[in-house]
Amino acid sequence: MSAEKEPLFSSKNIKLLTDPMNDSNPITVQVLGICSALAVTVKVKPAFVLAIAVVVVMAVSNVVVSLLRKTIPPRIRIIVQLVVIASMVILVDQVLKAFLFDVSKQLSVFVGLIITNCIIMGRLEAFALNNKPWQSFLDGIGNAAGYGAILIIVAFFRELLGSGTVWGYKVIPESVYDFGYENNGLMILPPMALIVVGAIIWVQRAKNKKLVESN
Amino acid sequence: MRSYSNTYIFIFSSIMVIIVAALLSVAAMTLQPFQKKNVEINKKQNILTSINIESTAKDAEELYEKYIIEIFAINTSGEKQEGIDAFTIDMKKELAKPLNERNLPVFISTLDNAKQYIIPVYGKGLWGPIWGYVALQDDLSTILGTTFSHKGETPGLGAEIDTKEFQIQFFGKQLFNEQGKFVSVSILKSGTADPNSKYEVDGISGGTITSVGVDAMLKDCLSSYENYFKNIKN
Repeated sequence: MSAEKEPLFSSKNIKLLTDPMNDSNPITVQVLGICSALAVTVKVKPAFVLAIAVVVVMAVSNVVVSLLRKTIPPRIRIIVQLVVIASMVILVDQVLKAFLFDVSKQLSVFVGLIITNCIIMGRLEAFALNNKPWQSFLDGIGNAAGYGAILIIVAFFRELLGSGTVWGYKVIPESVYDFGYENNGLMILPPMALIVVGAIIWVQRAKNKKLVESN
Repeated sequence: MRSYSNTYIFIFSSIMVIIVAALLSVAAMTLQPFQKKNVEINKKQNILTSINIESTAKDAEELYEKYIIEIFAINTSGEKQEGIDAFTIDMKKELAKPLNERNLPVFISTLDNAKQYIIPVYGKGLWGPIWGYVALQDDLSTILGTTFSHKGETPGLGAEIDTKEFQIQFFGKQLFNEQGKFVSVSILKSGTADPNSKYEVDGISGGTITSVGVDAMLKDCLSSYENYFKNIKN
């Protein structure tokens, strides 16, 4: 996250990594992948593992599509992209089931749902089809990390206020509850994720005037 | 943009599909033994959890050998069935069969010189299957422990059925009332269960459909064992 505040003076490649963290964040600026941001952000841990899974799927799919970009017939490019993403997701799911069974149990259906994450297909279509593998790789990592960072921030607030825990550990002491504090049940319902995302967008635009539409 | 002939498109997609299919089948086949092992260990861990024995993936097999002394299948009249590998019985398939054709597994464990009866349960939650194990003390009515798992209930809501906080409510509850009638344990709307009742527990707020699913699962599965329990008691 420290890279976020540096001025973007570095080479174009570094920009591919850092841009999605702020100026072109997939969730808060491009408003993609909202559906999974609502679904998996009740607790920090699943959000974190999902973020890692998305980074892997996205980086590899971007590279594969970029390698094939000169041979993919444009008329069936969407199908090709889907096949690449779907096979990657199945592979990730299988590997998790074989070696990280507990994590895979926790994530259950959400791994499969990575396929429907519009960010991945959006990047394949917009970037990997026209760029070299290395740049595509960085672009994939950057966008998935930008997505993951928002996911974790949202999950942090939802878990803290909704369940009084972070990463499964109690952080709000019992004594506070004794004074009449209660966990906010609304925080664990999906609508609050939308509101938290909205709040993040608000804060981000207040700090980064570039993003404010001029009309 | 270059244009491609139809032949090229056909060849391209055929090759792509073949490569992907080969890749995925190889991956599935090489990883399958690991996955099967994980599922088996997980099942043993679940069974151990129901009698309140904590295990890790490493020592689960050893502890399982130590505490579980007998596994067998029964039919709904409560008679033992021979020649069936009870460990691998798929509750989903059995519950789909008519009542008198079901083979129901029973796991018997021994703890503190007493016998426990561990009964598998299987049902439907909101998004998919839910399942678990209920361990009964040797009076065949008092619940010693439970464990519930789910395929994909909502995290933070229905998925809470797999937490200790939810399961601990069942400890000490009774399946049969004082007249010896099967009543099961009912899962009520969160906050409405009478803490003194031996037959009620609180559901999960926000996870109503999953809670109702657990309630139905217990009634359906445990009632199939009613005859078996009666046979032993008499």
